[in-house]
Amino acid sequence: MRRQFVFALALMLAMLASAAPAFACGGLIGPNGAVNLLRTTTFVGYHDGVEHYVTAFQFAGGGGKFGSLTPLPGVPSSVEKGGSWTLQRLIRETQPIKGVSPLALGAARSTDVEVLLTTKIDALDITVLKGGGAAVGEWATAHGFRLPADAPEVLDFYADRSPIFLAAAFDADAAAARGQRVGDGTPVHITIPTANPWVPLRILALGKQGNDPVQADVYLLTDRKPALLPLARGDNGLTLAYDRTASASLLNDLRSDAGMSWVPASGWLSQLRIDTTAATLSYDLAVDAQGHSPSRVAAGLETPGAADPTPFALTMLAAAMAALILIAIREQKRIAVPA
Amino acid sequence: MKRLCLLLFLVVVAGACAPAAPRAVTIEIHYSHYSMSQLDVPAGIPITFMIRNDDPIDHEWMIGDMAMHERHRLGTEAVHASRPDEVTIPALSTRTTTLTFATPMTLIYMCHLPGHEAYGMVGTLVAR
Repeated sequence: MRRQFVFALALMLAMLASAAPAFACGGLIGPNGAVNLLRTTTFVGYHDGVEHYVTAFQFAGGGGKFGSLTPLPGVPSSVEKGGSWTLQRLIRETQPIKGVSPLALGAARSTDVEVLLTTKIDALDITVLKGGGAAVGEWATAHGFRLPADAPEVLDFYADRSPIFLAAAFDADAAAARGQRVGDGTPVHITIPTANPWVPLRILALGKQGNDPVQADVYLLTDRKPALLPLARGDNGLTLAYDRTASASLLNDLRSDAGMSWVPASGWLSQLRIDTTAATLSYDLAVDAQGHSPSRVAAGLETPGAADPTPFALTMLAAAMAALILIAIREQKRIAVPA
Repeated sequence: MKRLCLLLFLVVVAGACAPAAPRAVTIEIHYSHYSMSQLDVPAGIPITFMIRNDDPIDHEWMIGDMAMHERHRLGTEAVHASRPDEVTIPALSTRTTTLTFATPMTLIYMCHLPGHEAYGMVGTLVAR
């Protein structure tokens, strides 16, 4: 009877863990086509439940049009031109020794796609879409995006977590006509209300061969030291290059850039460096801004709907395991004692 | 009973004498991979291939020997529609083609769109 009770308890707790709600998330997709984008630099700030996602696409020459798709963790409340030097200031903060001039910067499945927002930033035509992977892929193809062979799987990977994508069509000829030179970047600031910040990384490998290098820098500003998943071990291509309290001078400088008045008076700055191959980059960066337990689903380590144990569920499972062990010990003692 | 046996005999003989009916093979394309990387078909009879593309991007099903594939690796045709052994399957659509392999042979089928062969869109067909 006791064994049945213990089994039922363990089963109930296991079901509780597996029924934990899946975390919805989104991500960044890399470019393809004739114009090359160089190393990607992204800033993710999180404050008051809002993710501020600032990235820049560096114009590397060429002509014609090309595009990129960026999965997002939620519906953005605004998409606008980013501050002109936020990313450069972050680089200078985390690479102070060099002392050179600022570097140029580089779940639902749906058959329909819904256009949520359109805007234009310099030579970028931006559209925010909601839809399943196939629908978004079909939309992108119909709008001149030349999706690579791995796009169907990658789009589904992201759409299963969050069906929101940002499509940016870049007109290189228009950029050249605007006087943009090779190396110039167009910063884009996306504001997304979300429960936790999240940075898509796997998308950076889109269209690349397994041995192709993928390099990117992610700057993360949170109110306190965040918990990150996957761990920046180095051997997985992820390195934590900077991890300390953000300096007052940095925060003041960031706050004075366009659209950056939200920057708080204090915060924690992390710099993550991605330096790996396309085959290795199978994950995204999940963040728990409170420093507790980032979602394995958001990190791409588990599929939505699979067990994504919350701290509560893990605690309950641990308690059940402890109870099982205690009962087993008591049973052994009872059997060992002669009647 | 004798009549029933005679009827069954005639049906079997008639079936054996009739021209060979086309065999049907369905190939699905999902996440830029063919559902079958190895196909075995009989030689000497028409085979109808129904190729279903579940992806939101275009794909190809080109079948031939290595010399044929080498030509297409360097080719510039964006769409193939006029030859039964060169089929373009637009995104989220299905195409059908019928081929007869006169003698036993081994051929390769693949997609020649940029990067698709390297991604694994390759298979082998053996006609026996």
